[in-house]
Amino acid sequence: MSEQAVAAPKHEHHEHHEELGFWRKYVFSTDHKVIGIQYAVTGLLFLLFGFSLMMLMRWQLAYPGVALPLIGNLFGEARMPGGTMLPEFYNELGAMHGTIMVFLGVVPLAVGGFGNFVLPLQIGAPDMAFPKINMASYWCLFLGGCTMLGSFFVPGGAAQSGWTSYAPLSVIAGSGQTWWLVGMIFLITSSLLGAVNFLTTTIQLRAKGLTFMRFPFFVWAQFVTSFLLLLAFPPLEAAGVMQLMDRVAGTSFFLPSGLVVSGQVLANAGGGNAVLWQHLFWFLAHPEVYVLILPAFGIVAEIIANNTRKPLWGYRSMVYALIFLGFMSFIVWAHHMFMTGMGTTMAAFFQTTTMIISIPSVVILTALVVSLWGGSIRFNTPMLFAVSFLPMFGIGGLTGLPLGLNISDIPLHDTYYVIAHFHYVVAPGTIFALFAGIYYWYPKATGRRMNETLGKIHWIGSLVCMNVVFMPMFIVGLAGVSRRLFDAGSAYDFAQGTMHWNAVSSWGAWTMGLFQLPFIFNFFYSIWNGQKADDNVWQATTIEWSAPSPPPHGNFATAPQAYRGPYEYSVPGSDKDFTPQFEA
Amino acid sequence: MDIPYTVAVRRDTGLNNGKIGIWLFLASEVMLFGALFASYILIRTGSPSWPRGDTVLDYRLATFNTIVLITSSVTMVMAWASLMRRRFGTFRMYMAATVLLGGVFLVVKYFEYSHHLHLGEYPSHSNFFAIYYTLTGLHMLHVLGGMVVNAYFWGPGAKLYETNPVWFTNRVEHSGLFWHFVDLVWIFLFPTLYLL
Repeated sequence: MSEQAVAAPKHEHHEHHEELGFWRKYVFSTDHKVIGIQYAVTGLLFLLFGFSLMMLMRWQLAYPGVALPLIGNLFGEARMPGGTMLPEFYNELGAMHGTIMVFLGVVPLAVGGFGNFVLPLQIGAPDMAFPKINMASYWCLFLGGCTMLGSFFVPGGAAQSGWTSYAPLSVIAGSGQTWWLVGMIFLITSSLLGAVNFLTTTIQLRAKGLTFMRFPFFVWAQFVTSFLLLLAFPPLEAAGVMQLMDRVAGTSFFLPSGLVVSGQVLANAGGGNAVLWQHLFWFLAHPEVYVLILPAFGIVAEIIANNTRKPLWGYRSMVYALIFLGFMSFIVWAHHMFMTGMGTTMAAFFQTTTMIISIPSVVILTALVVSLWGGSIRFNTPMLFAVSFLPMFGIGGLTGLPLGLNISDIPLHDTYYVIAHFHYVVAPGTIFALFAGIYYWYPKATGRRMNETLGKIHWIGSLVCMNVVFMPMFIVGLAGVSRRLFDAGSAYDFAQGTMHWNAVSSWGAWTMGLFQLPFIFNFFYSIWNGQKADDNVWQATTIEWSAPSPPPHGNFATAPQAYRGPYEYSVPGSDKDFTPQFEA
Repeated sequence: MDIPYTVAVRRDTGLNNGKIGIWLFLASEVMLFGALFASYILIRTGSPSWPRGDTVLDYRLATFNTIVLITSSVTMVMAWASLMRRRFGTFRMYMAATVLLGGVFLVVKYFEYSHHLHLGEYPSHSNFFAIYYTLTGLHMLHVLGGMVVNAYFWGPGAKLYETNPVWFTNRVEHSGLFWHFVDLVWIFLFPTLYLL
């Protein structure tokens, strides 16, 4: 409880850090860099796991009812008898793919990983403000992840009600759903502890001279993200507690009176409201969308400024847009719920706020595109990923507009069009930005660079395959095929013309899996064999590049100081094309 | 490099780290209880009939508990004020009173719960009891959490006073902020559940 406010331990003195044993140094560490790497590796492993679940689903969607060759028999008679996927298993895979990708993949990597590793270095801090809470935050995530993984092995399998866990389906579902709720409570606790820590660190531990308007854009992005986590997650925690009460104590928060299940009227008190769950869920989950995208904006902004050798165009407008975006993200949630039969007044309100929130996103994206203009661009791997982020996120954003309008959302709701839209935002959008960030900050974390050739193979393969996977889904979705069908609609006449596009998507996904192998190899190989990097390998201007690579415990030998804004590249009259923030 | 501003105040923000941390945490707590109160309103307004609180619950016990919690908030402030005046003995006395009053609150709550459970009024009985147990149960967990932290500062945590009294005083202040918040939640819960 208030432990977190009071447990601000005196940091071990710098000269003492050699005494830490293996466990305290690498496992139960309070060093923000170790915790950041723990978060990042955990996030990457869960991304791979979540992607594997999807590759299984893609077989069923491409070839419904056909036995999966080679590995089909490994999943047991209860899930894939004779290698053919049962609908229950398909639902399990779908629900857990969403949950794992969002809460255990992207958020831990983007916020926990990059936020923990980069943010204190960028503001010139020796560590986070509350190192022990930082460690607790990682271990809460770890427990949440174990709970989610463990739920695959309970009777009836993992949660099957979608990552949104809509009531009343989720309330009457098997025991995997209870595990899902308990896991979510761990993950929410982890995010809340992290958010308090990030905000306090950013406000209090800024280096001398580092005013808010001298923050690198990445720091701003993490700052607004932390506010979203802090204020949006508790309502989902409340909703989770209520759903847990419904499932365990037999209450009826989300169960209406007279609900008939399998021909029998449920013997519950009734009087509950299923739509209440949707409100509480989306009150978190819409800001959550921005939790997924804002750190990506931050990473891309850093890399674009660095590799165009120019200041970011419109830094101030970007910051104001970011703050406005964070605020607006709390009042758009019901655009996910146009199908619940809300009145036209409510629908008009939420579609208006939704149109308004697209403006700051466009401001940021435009500023990033204009920043490219007239630069002498270095096309290294981080930059290639960062530049591809721009059109991919653009496609994702623009295809969201028809979904934000009540009238056009109704036919598109819950079709593959929605899947294509938000995956363009998160997969070739956010995940490309995360790859860019890994290639960019890897030399800071390890002292060595990742291999450029392997990086470029990874980039071009992923870029092409991402589009092969998701572009056909727009076509399938516009044909009206629902995303919930476990046979991709093969039982319906209207869906017959779209079946071959599912196979295209699937082959794209499996090929994309192959193109991740160079990345995985590169990631481990370069730890020991990469080209050695000096402290400021990209000739960058922000404070993290003044620390040694890798930075020691405590980060900086002497407290750094900020003398100017974050992106003073190609200053006229200067003898080099970058003027670091940290040099007097 | 040590982490700055764990004890000292940063000049441009006027705060130490712990105080920002606890206020941010309380902001998230407001959202947690806010969501539950909002759910209460939605479920109550959507239901055909809803019992008035004092017809099913014992408002006299709850009034007593309100007085107990408000008194414990006063003793919490006195504990902190004693530390500000560097009177460690009086701090211990007031802190013990705060923890004990929290205990009294929980004992009363125990009798209240067992009375309702004895009558067969389980959480599954109706949505009134569902929200009653959920809200008061979550609040009770917060009381328990606050008591654990306060007991720690009364006992083993108080060693810090000898080496760094300013830091210890700050810690007690932050734990007090949390305790007042828990008190405030009850002040909203009491009329909502027991009177309206």
